Amino acid sequence: MPMLPDSHGRFGPYGGRYVPETLMPALLELEEEYAKAKKDRRFQTDLAYYLKQYVGRPTSLYRADRLTKKLGGARVYLKREDLCHTGAHKINNAIGQVLLAMRMKKRRIIAETGAGQHGVATATAAAMFGLECEIYMGTEDMQRQALNVFRMRLLGAKVTGVDAGSRTLKDAISEAMRDWTTNVRTTHYILGSVLGAHPYPMMIRDFQAIIGKEARKQILAAEGKLPNYLVACVGGGSNSIGLFHAFLEDRKVKMVGVEAGGGGIVSGKHAARFSGGKPGVLQGTMTYLLQDENGQINLTHSVSAGLDYAAVGPEHSLYHDRGRIEYTYATDGEALAAFDLLAREEGIVPALESAHAIAHVIKLAPKLKKAQVIIANLSGRGDKDVQQVAKMRGVEL
Amino acid sequence: MTGRLEATFARLRAKREKALIAYLMAGDPGLPETEQLVVALEQAGADIIELGVPFSDPIADGPVIQQAAERALKSGTTLRKILMSIKSLRQRTEIPIVLMLYYNSIHAMGYQEFCTAASTAGVDGLIVPDMPPDESGPLKGPADAAGLPLIFLLAPTSTASRRKLVAEESHGFVYYVSLTGITGSKLSNVTDIQENVKKLRKVSASPVAVGFGVATPEDAAQVSKMADGVIVGSAIVKRIASHRQDSAMVRQVAEFVRSLKAAMVPA
Repeated sequence: MPMLPDSHGRFGPYGGRYVPETLMPALLELEEEYAKAKKDRRFQTDLAYYLKQYVGRPTSLYRADRLTKKLGGARVYLKREDLCHTGAHKINNAIGQVLLAMRMKKRRIIAETGAGQHGVATATAAAMFGLECEIYMGTEDMQRQALNVFRMRLLGAKVTGVDAGSRTLKDAISEAMRDWTTNVRTTHYILGSVLGAHPYPMMIRDFQAIIGKEARKQILAAEGKLPNYLVACVGGGSNSIGLFHAFLEDRKVKMVGVEAGGGGIVSGKHAARFSGGKPGVLQGTMTYLLQDENGQINLTHSVSAGLDYAAVGPEHSLYHDRGRIEYTYATDGEALAAFDLLAREEGIVPALESAHAIAHVIKLAPKLKKAQVIIANLSGRGDKDVQQVAKMRGVEL
Repeated sequence: MTGRLEATFARLRAKREKALIAYLMAGDPGLPETEQLVVALEQAGADIIELGVPFSDPIADGPVIQQAAERALKSGTTLRKILMSIKSLRQRTEIPIVLMLYYNSIHAMGYQEFCTAASTAGVDGLIVPDMPPDESGPLKGPADAAGLPLIFLLAPTSTASRRKLVAEESHGFVYYVSLTGITGSKLSNVTDIQENVKKLRKVSASPVAVGFGVATPEDAAQVSKMADGVIVGSAIVKRIASHRQDSAMVRQVAEFVRSLKAAMVPA
């Protein structure tokens, strides 16, 4: 398989660089700097050091015996990204990009956040390196994820609410892009998922690919064979591409990306781009989008703020078209049931995002033989969601 | 065939005048008002109309244009309706009209269908703020065939190689973005603008128009000394917004445009 993306930042027909001219020089600089950093032993050593000593990598690949028994089918392993410092895989990318920003001598960091996990990861990395940090977050998400807003402020970041459009992740990205357009000379924009203009989807995938590299070694050590299935939730798609990437050439390993089915596809209240979307351009990239016949972006819905977004990473669009990755969805109700089940059976409260992956495992595992193996990416822990779930169930905390 | 855009710049050049390019968000507050505004602004001295097509996620625009887009979408404005409006305007006016629209609006309609429809309706050029020349491949063929110039933007951050690329690919005029930022920001560093426009002119065969941050007759006067055209957007849209419930809205906005043009014409 040829290297993806190509030199124009294309994954087949997807990807590219659809941005205002003001940002083009910055994107070209970032691409060049990243290419240098990739080959620079010092950069790689630094990155490896912080991932090990600060983030706590490698994360474990945990055999979930009680969940396996309960489902009565394939053996289920969980890749424990929830054990990363700050509680999700987002820190892998944030550390990588902060190191890049330092190389480019940009002392101000901005980022968008949906669930708040990427915002917390970025604020954390910025604090550790003493950089100025501003996080954009939709006001709707600030309400849903009040705990993470407070965490970011504790970490010294300025959190700016975005009160436009749907007041969620999409609007936070637009606002961060506007800030970057204005302050591009001094500021690095740490995008949190495999979205946006080239080189972001490639670079963020590379920073997250460590998940799959570790998991591949770990499963070979534990089982002496490759898994039959990989399952991960897909918002922008960084934890999923992170897990899948090291296995793409292993043709027998099946991969499933789980999008947010929200209130169900028929209701129109969802964020399942591959079930209701078509290709178009949003926020810098050509990819599958939820849009109307005039190309206006639809409002999305999901119980999980991190999956509540109208576009998906362009690399996913290519693998969707090629049939290399299967995309399905889990509804809010299914994700909440998975949230409960994992807490009770394994003593792990998953992030609502990751609960979508578990919801699919609940459907898939019983259909498989006991000798078969599933790895699900537990991309984040659910502490941030406890308050919201309590509220949904009428519990005052 | 000489297009309306080219003819307008030639006519102004002969008079030693600069083009006032007035931006309107199509469908804010409604398309009938937009049509009235186009005619009134022409009479008030606007030389070219830049008509914005509302998009749900306008990444290059500041809050003033964003909110105008929201109002336009709420009033049911679509690209197809805008093209119908332009077609009907063409029975009343020959003022050049360029569309400023985001890539996805074109993509959703289809490159070929859009270019044919826009050209037939009487559109004179396209500005796509999230399409740098690097990504213009699929649109270029159909646009060329339909005789629609693609107008590209150049920014203060642009390097010499970007300047050359934009100058080569841009037709009709080159849109120089006066500041590192989004629409509706405050005009800054006029010396920088002058320097960059000078460099741009050396490599560009097309006229150069300057936009972003031009808000007052004073700004317009200053910028018109450096460029072939001055683009005023947010300052006009702001006036439409504050007078939109008002029966004298069109007259109020026309007055403002008249003051802009007056400041640009050498005494």
